[in-house]
Amino acid sequence: MSTRVKLRDYHAAVWSEPVVMEMGHPGRRGLAIPEAEDEVRKTVGDAEQLVPAGMRRKEPPRLPELSQPEVLRHYLHLSQQTLSMMGINLFGTCTMKYNPRAAEQAAMAPEMAELHPCQDEETLQGILEIIYRLDEMCRVLSGMDQFVFQPGGGSHAGFTHACVMRAYHAARGELEQRNEVITTLFSHCCNPAVAATAGFKVINLMPEENGYPSVDALRAAVSERTAGLMTVCPNDLGIYNPHIDEWVKIVHDAGGLCFYDHANFNGVMGLTRARDIGFDACMYMLHKTFGASKGGMGPAGGAYGCTNELAPYLPAPIVTYDGASYHLDYDRPDSIGKVREFWGNAQVVLKAYAWVLAMGADGIQQARELSVLGNNYLEKLLLAIKGVSKGFPKMTKHRLEMTRYGWDELTQETGVDTVDIQHRTTDWGLDAYWMAHPPPIVPEPFTPEAGETPPVEDIEYWAAVLEHVASEAYSNPEIVKTSPHRQAVHRVDFRALQDPSRRAMTWRAHLKKRKG
Amino acid sequence: MKRVGLIVNPIAGMGGRVGLKGTDGAIVDAARALGAVPQASRKAARALRRLSPVADRIEILTCPGEMGAAAAESAGLGASEVTGVAGPPTTPASPEPTGPEHTKEAAREMARRGVDLLLFAGGDGTARDIAEVVGLEPPALGIPAGVKIYSGVFATTPENAGNLAAQFVAGGPSPTLREAEVVDVDEEAVRLGRLSASLYGHLRVPVARQMVSGPKSGAPGDADALAAAARSVARAMEPDCLYVLGPGTTTRAIALSLNLDSTLLGVDAILGGRLVGQDLNERQLLALLEDAGRARVVVGVIGGQGYIFGRGNQQIGPQVIRRVGREGIIVVATVAKLLSLARRVLLVDTGDPELDRELEGFMRVVVGAEEETLFRVEA
Repeated sequence: MSTRVKLRDYHAAVWSEPVVMEMGHPGRRGLAIPEAEDEVRKTVGDAEQLVPAGMRRKEPPRLPELSQPEVLRHYLHLSQQTLSMMGINLFGTCTMKYNPRAAEQAAMAPEMAELHPCQDEETLQGILEIIYRLDEMCRVLSGMDQFVFQPGGGSHAGFTHACVMRAYHAARGELEQRNEVITTLFSHCCNPAVAATAGFKVINLMPEENGYPSVDALRAAVSERTAGLMTVCPNDLGIYNPHIDEWVKIVHDAGGLCFYDHANFNGVMGLTRARDIGFDACMYMLHKTFGASKGGMGPAGGAYGCTNELAPYLPAPIVTYDGASYHLDYDRPDSIGKVREFWGNAQVVLKAYAWVLAMGADGIQQARELSVLGNNYLEKLLLAIKGVSKGFPKMTKHRLEMTRYGWDELTQETGVDTVDIQHRTTDWGLDAYWMAHPPPIVPEPFTPEAGETPPVEDIEYWAAVLEHVASEAYSNPEIVKTSPHRQAVHRVDFRALQDPSRRAMTWRAHLKKRKG
Repeated sequence: MKRVGLIVNPIAGMGGRVGLKGTDGAIVDAARALGAVPQASRKAARALRRLSPVADRIEILTCPGEMGAAAAESAGLGASEVTGVAGPPTTPASPEPTGPEHTKEAAREMARRGVDLLLFAGGDGTARDIAEVVGLEPPALGIPAGVKIYSGVFATTPENAGNLAAQFVAGGPSPTLREAEVVDVDEEAVRLGRLSASLYGHLRVPVARQMVSGPKSGAPGDADALAAAARSVARAMEPDCLYVLGPGTTTRAIALSLNLDSTLLGVDAILGGRLVGQDLNERQLLALLEDAGRARVVVGVIGGQGYIFGRGNQQIGPQVIRRVGREGIIVVATVAKLLSLARRVLLVDTGDPELDRELEGFMRVVVGAEEETLFRVEA
């Protein structure tokens, strides 16, 4: 393969850009605001007095003083030095994909950007229709009866479910007794966290030889204390649990609810439906899976859907349609209340809606097939590289999603570890790969996922870079261990991030810690 | 400049190739008679080669000859020798017998000279000697070279030991360490086909960077998970219930979170938030249980092997276990520890085969704050 793929001679821009707080000169301005005319001043009075006394600063903030071009240049430099998501990126966590520019533009258009959720319902018909129709689309994909888009992301949708589950058991007078949520080690890592946040005890089942827990383990875990099951399928190793329908039945028989976290929807979208397997509720990530952007802590969007039995507990409002116009239904006495302001991130809903329309039913099917094909082609390329092994190698069935690989063999033979390799691959224009979600079960891990977005050349280039760096590890380990060499910033000591005495989250903390 | 101490137990591992289970005691002569050759120095050299990239940043302090200097030389690293340690001048072909006293003397001297990391090549017996002298300071790390490697203080391979040591000495000011168990099995019993391990102490060992938590993952480390699990158990303790605490760092963490100073290697008992017994034997435990109302037993898991009963905690015998019942057993371990068990099962050997069978099947294990898992118990 390496004979076919030519590595790019990449080099990042290096600006040695100072922190903006250290730039500028006193008195320099980006915009000279003219003095108010007499008439204006007379009418308005002292503008400062319009701010309540308690909120007024005693002295002006000590902000850096720069001209407009200086500010523009500074942030341009920072963006050029930033290592993220615009290189070749096979980032293995819940399917990262390209975010179509058309959808971004639609979300930024004034018709969308200037809307306010407090407007009168009659003037919000467009966005309400979009929410309603995306709800219908999600119902088709899942078999559920009702969706809401209020959660701000996947974990938040999981938390919404934990609250719905709590309300369901409380309504039946069983909440005190049913205080245990069952999940699995390689479920979406938020599953145990959101269950615990909602006050449940977590029973986290361990993977057995095939990468998922046995039916026997689940049988031993369920009891009259079981509130429900929260799990993914395929799991975070890309492995599909073939007994998932039996699992749902076991939990239902014990009186629990079953939640299908579709963080790994890509490998099964348009193929299986949560409701058909027996699940009571599910969630989709509108960012990631549905083509909307993710990153920087949002804006993301979680689509939470459930059966009619659970629908009364959904966060309000629900968008309804009476055949002529769309309405916001706040009159939901059993609702768990709000999980986020208004109706969630409406722009993300719009982008997801645009994605579904653009893909169509056939496109979604095709994307799933391409995605599984891409992941398995990548596996072939990676396992041909000396020093690479696959997590849970005894599980030989095809992986449907991101898969955990490891450099353990290479590390033992060369002393070069996964962090070194991650750094070195960025010298060839790759975005730093994702190592692994916790728990660290595969030594020296890396977790790529191809998804449907990258063309086959990108998959081959990605594998070729890894092959090259692995061969460097054997022939010249020092070059890998001291990398990156062609990035804006070279070797960083990550320990500083874990050391509260060294890390600073604000400028003030930085000054304090550096001087102290 | 970091100081690295190196102690090689030259006779470690000699029994393995000739089918013996260790080289404690008089077995050394038997091993040599069967044609055993020393392994440890060669394995130590394999580990030391991993230190060459950081050679200019370290100073190696070692013992003469096969107890260290030979390995350093073979790895191409300069080393200064600890004087006054009775390391005999030996050749690989005919090493003079060195004993535990040499290991201990060397370790004591290196600790005194303030080494930043003590590397030792050997097996569980060597680890015991080191732990006895060194305790938790300075940090130490085992290069696996012995026949018996049950202790958690060893890296998985000599190369990994070298990599870990290199990472440790190159690392920033806050290297990550964890307390790991030193266990040893009775070689005599093993040669008779019976495995019987005991806990002998703890060493602080460096942890691989990405096994702690990825720079971006924000995941809690193993130590945090253990502390959370310990607090969770402590918080759930009922005032009128007697808690029998098995040995080890896991159960000690529970006592510490209650501000109780339990013994590390003994069995203790807690009632109403107070220590009501320390370093108890089986008879004392049964006497305490006789007076108690409800009672529970809290045990950790022996790393690597997975024993919860019958290894290092034989004081908690069949009668004690029957008294609290299967549902009265609280097992505490972190997920990382459970997943690193060789056979991925928990083992019991209470000495009562019938009870062992009753304990089989899935058992709950406390792994974090209000978090449990199920793990299969086998006899």
